[in-house]
Amino acid sequence: MNAASLLAVDLPYWAQSLLRVLGGIVAVLLPAGTIVYVFLFKMMSFMQSRLGPMEAGPFGSLQLVAEVGKWLQKEDITPERADRFIFKAAPLVVLVSTFLLVAVVPFGPDAWFTDFEAGVFYMLAVGSVSVLGIIMAGWASANKYSLLGGLRAAGQLIAYELPMVLAVVGVIIQAGSMNLQQIVFAQNAGSMFGWDGLGNPYLLTQFVGFLVFMIAVQAELTQAPFDMPIAESELVSGYMTEYSGFRFLTFFIAEFATAGVFSLIASVLFLGGWGIPFAWFGWETLNDVDDWMNVVGPLIMVAKMMLLAFIIMWVRFSYPRFREDQLQKFAWKVLVPVSLINIMFTAILKVAF
Amino acid sequence: MTSTESLIDRRQMAYIAAQASDARLNVELETEGMTLNIGPQHPATHGTLRIIARLDGEQVVWAEPSCGYMHRGYEKLTEVRTYPQVTTLVNRIDWLGSFANEVPFILAAEKLMGIEAPPRAQWIRTILFELSRIANVSLFLGDLGVQMGAITPVFMAFRDREYVLNLIEGATGGRFHPNFDRIGGLKDDLPAGFVDETRAVMKKLRNFCDEIENLLFGNEIFQSRMRGIGVIPKDVALQYGLSGANLRASGVDWDLRRDQSLPMAWNKVDWKVWTHPDGDSFARCWVRLQETREATLIVDQLLDSIPSGPVMAKVPRIIKVPEGEAWVSTENPLGEMGYYVVSKGDLGPFRTKIRSASFNNISIVPWVLKGVYVPDIITILASLYFILGDIDR
Amino acid sequence: MPKVPGLIKGLGVTLNTLVRTTTQGANTVQYPHEKEAPPLRARGVIALREDNCTSCMLCARSCPDWCIYIEGHKELAPPRRAGGKPRQVNKLDRFDIDYALCMYCGICVEVCPFDALFWSPEYEYSEPHIADLLHDKNKLGEWMETVPEAPALEAGAEKKGKK
Repeated sequence: MNAASLLAVDLPYWAQSLLRVLGGIVAVLLPAGTIVYVFLFKMMSFMQSRLGPMEAGPFGSLQLVAEVGKWLQKEDITPERADRFIFKAAPLVVLVSTFLLVAVVPFGPDAWFTDFEAGVFYMLAVGSVSVLGIIMAGWASANKYSLLGGLRAAGQLIAYELPMVLAVVGVIIQAGSMNLQQIVFAQNAGSMFGWDGLGNPYLLTQFVGFLVFMIAVQAELTQAPFDMPIAESELVSGYMTEYSGFRFLTFFIAEFATAGVFSLIASVLFLGGWGIPFAWFGWETLNDVDDWMNVVGPLIMVAKMMLLAFIIMWVRFSYPRFREDQLQKFAWKVLVPVSLINIMFTAILKVAF
Repeated sequence: MTSTESLIDRRQMAYIAAQASDARLNVELETEGMTLNIGPQHPATHGTLRIIARLDGEQVVWAEPSCGYMHRGYEKLTEVRTYPQVTTLVNRIDWLGSFANEVPFILAAEKLMGIEAPPRAQWIRTILFELSRIANVSLFLGDLGVQMGAITPVFMAFRDREYVLNLIEGATGGRFHPNFDRIGGLKDDLPAGFVDETRAVMKKLRNFCDEIENLLFGNEIFQSRMRGIGVIPKDVALQYGLSGANLRASGVDWDLRRDQSLPMAWNKVDWKVWTHPDGDSFARCWVRLQETREATLIVDQLLDSIPSGPVMAKVPRIIKVPEGEAWVSTENPLGEMGYYVVSKGDLGPFRTKIRSASFNNISIVPWVLKGVYVPDIITILASLYFILGDIDR
Repeated sequence: MPKVPGLIKGLGVTLNTLVRTTTQGANTVQYPHEKEAPPLRARGVIALREDNCTSCMLCARSCPDWCIYIEGHKELAPPRRAGGKPRQVNKLDRFDIDYALCMYCGICVEVCPFDALFWSPEYEYSEPHIADLLHDKNKLGEWMETVPEAPALEAGAEKKGKK
């Protein structure tokens, strides 16, 4: 089964592939655009007693189009001493990691791009590909600020990769599967103390894991308070300093698309993903789920994504940033031990019940 | 004196530390340090200050500020301008609190001429002086967040500073450069409704101070970035000639508004000089926050007690200042600002020495930046609070 | 009451502002669509009443950056009373203010002994070309329409017989 079965037609393989690629692009760009408009343009402005863009389209809704047009017009500058190939490849590497991430996210009982058995493992693995792109960008720019930014990013992203992995381990233990689809199933078909009215979203049982995961996501996205690698007031945007025009746009899209994708993943892992509690309709297994969930599921996902992205952005607009050594201290001395204790308790409880 | 001895000790320690880290760079790790050139075009220097920092990894081994990129030669310009023209020039020194720049110059000229402004003019001068302090420091409070990645405070600062600028514009005609002070008094009286409006705005500003305190100063991340960073002990602060909030944050109870008897209205109202014993970045910011709040209270009290009467003493239409020399300094938003005016009896000053606070305040940068991390350069510079116009004049 | 952590308080401040902006509207003024009226004393543009000007050059000389250009010549005007001698008046040929140079200090308005210069709060006269910022006497005369009455003074002010 795959997404094509929704259309109740048999598509040739190439058409299915095309559909997946297009779907992937939509799944990456649509959340990115929504997050940028709703949160970056509007919510940030409202939090600062202003209105944000108002001129392009009604309430500035076409501002995104205008911005993209502006970036496309700009001159694409490569610094003279830059390592040209790596400099040009870096933004693409960052963007590609986002596309790879979205591949395993399930949007409905049949609406997924790949149903990968080790989905969580894969997700954590490709999530760190962006680090590579950032280091490439920082090094190839031949700029001291970029180099500092790239090195900071490398240190930070590697430090926060570990708490993220450890936070997810709790979920994996509880669900008993690394398949994201199975994790969704386990949450929605589960029950809390015999009551299945809400299913069993892991937000409640894995609250510590959720907190650690969201903090790690914040750090992976290099959003404030973890935006030391970008640090526009000291490193002048760090690894992005030398980028302009389309390449900067690529970084920008990647940043917010990744924010969207990580929100999707967090909602799959902790908020029950696309599902509604199965007990409402008497579904027993994944195969029982009605086909209309393929349409409603993505909408539920988007709603949950917006909620999580709101929290990410809210924190971003409110907090000043940590210093580099404080970041590391926080990751290694607080988040890692906390998530290890969380794993321990989850394992004990899993065995006990 | 013990303080001098300890200063020398500290200097030696700093020197030894720098030598050691240099040696470590070159011998132990067989790497060369990196020289990072912060500025002259850099978002953290809000202007064109350049800081040359020699780094070991992210640690600063040695740093030096290099200023003069915006030098406009005010001291020389004053020599070829008449007294009214100088007033409009000196507005531009510290452009965020420009009315406060006029006052010491006018007071110096008045001192030479042996006249004193009528009480009502003194009151209004003090009110506008404190308003410009609020306009200046409230922007600092917002900018503080931006230097550390919190973008919201600066918009709140601009929002509420707008009210103060509107007040200043309503009274003087100029938002940024009032040019309202005249030798012997003020250009004009206050417009009707100014008092009530100012009271309402002061309430808003106190609310703004609370918001900033909740949003920024109470934030644990902010505190961990600021506390214990860039500590300037009392004796070092005095040695480097710091003034204003930077000095008071080091525990020196020194405020020219209280300590001098100028023909201004500060001595007529109740207020408190805030000091902080720590001398770190947090202390400097905290003192400024409290001072903004205190300034709103000063303005409120002054509004209650404005005497009536003229705002202009009797002065000749064409002002010629008699021969002599005079030095007057006031406690400006950035620190002590003073003018040493030498007159030969002409239409304009023969020579003016301008002592602006920021120039002396950044002289401590090489001392205080030694051994800190690159991100701390920014917070320390932000907390020292300089304005480029005030450094380069 | 236990102390609320600063991190939570900070989030509260931004959320408060968000709610306030949504319910009570933002502080932004949508400039080209709605305009704020500057205060009456605002120094926007200098207006010239040509009849009062005697081209005495006081304003041009007191300008700190010399942005006022005046040229004039003397002319004989018909006598006021019949049979009197013809009067000699100063006729203004050129009165230009270069707003690209002007620093809006207002000294010229203040020194003018014949009330020929006024401040107007009008501010919308930006030009795409810098040379167009040189306003000649006709343009400066047009600004006279926008000059407001001087505002009333605050209580306790002494009305002086100043100009």
